[in-house]
Amino acid sequence: MQMRNKMSVRQFLLKDLLRNKLLYIMMLPALAYYILFQYGPMYGAIIAFKEYSPAVGIWKSEWVGLANFQDFFSGFYFWRIFKNTLLISLYTILFEFPAPIILALLINELRSKKFKSFVQSVTYMPYFISLIVICGIVKDFTNSGGVINQLFTYIGGDGNAMLQNPAYFRPIYISSEIWQRFGWESIIYLAALSGIGQEQYEAAKIDGAGRWRQMLAVTIPGLMPTIMVLFILRMGNLFNIGFEKIILLYNSAIYDTADVISSYVYRKGLLEFDWSFSTAVGLFNSVINLVLLLLANQISRKISENSLW
Amino acid sequence: MGIKPAFADRITDRVIIVIMLVLIIVTAYPLLYVILASISDGAKMMAHSGILLAPYGFHLDAYVKVLNNPGIWRGYFNTFTIVAASLLVNMSVTSLTAYVLSRKGVFWNKTFIGIILFTMFFNGGLIPFYLVVKGTGLMNSLWSLIIPFSINTFNLIIMRTAFMAVPDSLEESATIDGANHLTIFWRIVLPLSRPTLAVMAFYYMVEKWNAWFYASLFLKDRDLFPLQLVLREILISNSTDSLLGSVDLVSAVELSESIKYATIVVATIPILCVFPFIQRYFVKGVMIGAVKG
Repeated sequence: MQMRNKMSVRQFLLKDLLRNKLLYIMMLPALAYYILFQYGPMYGAIIAFKEYSPAVGIWKSEWVGLANFQDFFSGFYFWRIFKNTLLISLYTILFEFPAPIILALLINELRSKKFKSFVQSVTYMPYFISLIVICGIVKDFTNSGGVINQLFTYIGGDGNAMLQNPAYFRPIYISSEIWQRFGWESIIYLAALSGIGQEQYEAAKIDGAGRWRQMLAVTIPGLMPTIMVLFILRMGNLFNIGFEKIILLYNSAIYDTADVISSYVYRKGLLEFDWSFSTAVGLFNSVINLVLLLLANQISRKISENSLW
Repeated sequence: MGIKPAFADRITDRVIIVIMLVLIIVTAYPLLYVILASISDGAKMMAHSGILLAPYGFHLDAYVKVLNNPGIWRGYFNTFTIVAASLLVNMSVTSLTAYVLSRKGVFWNKTFIGIILFTMFFNGGLIPFYLVVKGTGLMNSLWSLIIPFSINTFNLIIMRTAFMAVPDSLEESATIDGANHLTIFWRIVLPLSRPTLAVMAFYYMVEKWNAWFYASLFLKDRDLFPLQLVLREILISNSTDSLLGSVDLVSAVELSESIKYATIVVATIPILCVFPFIQRYFVKGVMIGAVKG
């Protein structure tokens, strides 16, 4: 009986393989890609538990257990980058997350179709501009004599390059994020808005609801599921701040507020060649991200019956 | 009573329009500033500070300098090469994979999807990735920016969702006519998913056009630098030396401000030109598909 079951499983797999031979061949490039460039680095991450030396390679490097992690947790910079990552994330959620929602609500209230699409085109544009250019503009505008710097002197700025002052880094980072993303991110809310039935508005009108009431009673409740899902996902990415923008904007004078986990990994690993230590920090970050995202997804599924998978 | 709400309504309309105009100005001004500064007189631009509402004269010296610079052209050429080759690799690998994953009754598909989705939530990190690419021997060649980035998983999922929306009946009748998967893929699924394919190609294009970090990591040879790395030297490290060449020092300093902006314009225009052609596909379909996927 046991034997026959095994045979039938094998036969089944063989049949499937023959029947879908062409499909499996079509899948090969992707499999190679994922195994080599996604799972390869996951295997490589074991150097976090070793003292990696390029001369002997990943496998033969000496095991050191959790030493790299201990170094990191007890190190001088742990709290600084932990705090900075968390704060930038929280401020982004506080200020950047609502921006596209507000924009979508405003666009939704516009009557002229032409004006609507004009607003959309203009606000989408910054999203497609390269990070290098964005950061170049930000640097230039906040430099002494730059547009933003100049405007800021009217309300008490000292006119010095703003990116040399730790106090200004977060506001600059977050406002440039809003500028680049709010238009693009409003698309998803506009799509959700177009899904709200016209009959709901008609019913509200009959009940005597004005525009403001309609927005509160129909539009915002209609948007809520989308907002919730995106909010929960955003919370799942609390510790996931990319380093590219950070390393283009920061300098050693403002590490106190600007240095985050990922930029620290970059600096330690690729500029100072502390491979194993930096991999350990990165792994710590990846694990936090994974746990938070799984948690966020669970919560999302419970609350709104919406989840990523 | 009947007139009041209409009046209030009109006021609201005006207020919203004013808010929108302010938003448009704030969003577009930085881009306008760049254009104005790029055609301004360099010396006056040096002395200028604060808001710029009109250009100082109309000078194209900066553009002449930028366009005469071999570094910019080499950057352009490298970027074009990367974008073209990437589009070919990304689009073919992503669409083939999305097709397989969108089929029903393929035993290993669940496993494949699990393997793929997991990478969206967990990765080995920057350093191990660097070591893997180094191990492949692709370093210091443009392939290092193409092969290790063959698939963007998010795009793959959007494409799979689009492919699953193709009516089964079409495929069934094709199968009865003796079509194999390659024929169905090429003749039925791809043509019916054109809007999604256009948007995906655009996403990949923007991604590649704007990419700079891994180029700075994997490329040692300056002749291979894509446009964004040339831009980084000019914008972030503030060095226009390579662009100025043999101009005397005074005019060099004067020109450098305008040159920065002219470079931005030259490097950004191409991608913004493609955008209007793709825009109409955006709101419909693709984003919704992504959310529901």
